[in-house]
Amino acid sequence: MALLDVCGISDWVKEDGFNAERASVDKVNHFNFAAQTPELAVPVGVDPAEFLRPLVDSEEGVDGVTINLEHGTTTLAFKFQHGVMVAVDSRASAGSYVSTQMFKKVIEINPFLLETMSGSAADCVYWERVLAKECRIYKLRNKERISVSAASKLLANMVVNYRGMGLSMGTMICGWDKKGPGLYYVDDNGLGLCGNMFSTGSGNTYAYGVMDSGYRYDLSVPEAYDLAQRAIFHATHRDAYSGGTVNMYHMRETGWIKVSQEDVGDLYHRFSNEKK
Amino acid sequence: MAARYDRAITVFSPDGHLFQVEYAQEAVKKGSTAVGIRGKDIVVLGVVKKSVAKLQEERTVRKICALDDHVCMVFAGLTADARIVINRARVECQSHRLTVEDPVTVEYITRHIATLKQRYTQSNGRRPFGISALIVGFDCDGTPRLYQTDPSGTYHAWKANAIGRSAKTVREFLEKNYTEESIATDNESIKLAIKALLEVVQSGGKNIELAVIRRNQSLKLLESKEIETLVTEIEKEKEEEAEKKKQKKST
Repeated sequence: MALLDVCGISDWVKEDGFNAERASVDKVNHFNFAAQTPELAVPVGVDPAEFLRPLVDSEEGVDGVTINLEHGTTTLAFKFQHGVMVAVDSRASAGSYVSTQMFKKVIEINPFLLETMSGSAADCVYWERVLAKECRIYKLRNKERISVSAASKLLANMVVNYRGMGLSMGTMICGWDKKGPGLYYVDDNGLGLCGNMFSTGSGNTYAYGVMDSGYRYDLSVPEAYDLAQRAIFHATHRDAYSGGTVNMYHMRETGWIKVSQEDVGDLYHRFSNEKK
Repeated sequence: MAARYDRAITVFSPDGHLFQVEYAQEAVKKGSTAVGIRGKDIVVLGVVKKSVAKLQEERTVRKICALDDHVCMVFAGLTADARIVINRARVECQSHRLTVEDPVTVEYITRHIATLKQRYTQSNGRRPFGISALIVGFDCDGTPRLYQTDPSGTYHAWKANAIGRSAKTVREFLEKNYTEESIATDNESIKLAIKALLEVVQSGGKNIELAVIRRNQSLKLLESKEIETLVTEIEKEKEEEAEKKKQKKST
């Protein structure tokens, strides 16, 4: 502004939308569905990626300290002829301490969109709530629900800006839109994959073993419920960082339903009685 | 040194008008006439071609532009302003495809263009865009759409509309002649657009530029030969109508 010039302080006044070379009128933002967001919530003067790299990448770390971010959980989702099955455990751990056995790892964005969480609880809860906000705004602006592919793209684009800065998030976005059932995996690197079957978290190898041995596209609904439940149960049985209850959802053409919430202890007795 | 935008150019007058926006609408009225028609399976855009100077290459003067495979627009007003708006719209169409993985709906891109125009009526150091646009296309579900935007940033859906120099005359013609029969087939819709423009153009088919989008096909510009053929058809039909009326009178 002319007044700033006269006072001679326009040199060291921080660049903001007013005297930036590109005025905020032209900046792209979420409203325009552009890939870049103009604001990054990063502290001034510190480059988080540079700070974190020696701690994460190298073996000896910094002064012998390394940071290894692991996704302590088990979640899974698979598509089959009657829609999409989603099953998660409910244990939140801080190292070897179990913070809670009743953590809700599925966020219900709208009656046709679900999102699972694995990794850092704080990162997941925050970014998935931001995504839920964007989905609601999309519906208000465009008068129709957002598609599953668009929702997964939005989350991936939001998160890729913070690549290397220490986010830890592995999520599956499941829904039913105009194109039918949708299942996408998005993680903290900004990777977005479309697929028929995913499992995330420290217990995912156990879950994949059970899922792969029992999966067919033409499963019936009770068979799919049983398969999803078993897969999570077996993962909680062997993985120390998974446990609590198995929360199961079924995404159908008419929206999702919560199928069941069973304690893994009860499941253990049920399955072991079957063997007898 | 970046210019300091001290003062807004578009401010309210005491009786509530935005004069810059109204002057922009005057600039639009000086542009060549353009017409848009929404048929059942086709959308048609037509514009009166400015006569090209002898040494000028004809192909560089194009007022009908594709924004994406399934959307196109025609404008009336300042050509330079239109180039900027069309560029931004094309980028937005691709951004949308990238982030949402779906092509834009005609309403979405119209809303984007209208919002862009509105922003320029409410910011420092900028003047409004001096163009009105007719945006046509098909949505994913196959519905044909026609929208009109103006320099103030408002947009509306239309069945048929005209912008530019003799927009009023053409719109009145369309109000009288846009019926279910007149858009019954693709050919009829195209002929309706030509008839509307013939009302205001001097030298007939030579000065008309016409483009169509059919469902699931991209923009197609009609060649001058095709336009000439259709103009001759229209003139024959007119003569036959006149003959019938004469016969009725005499019998």
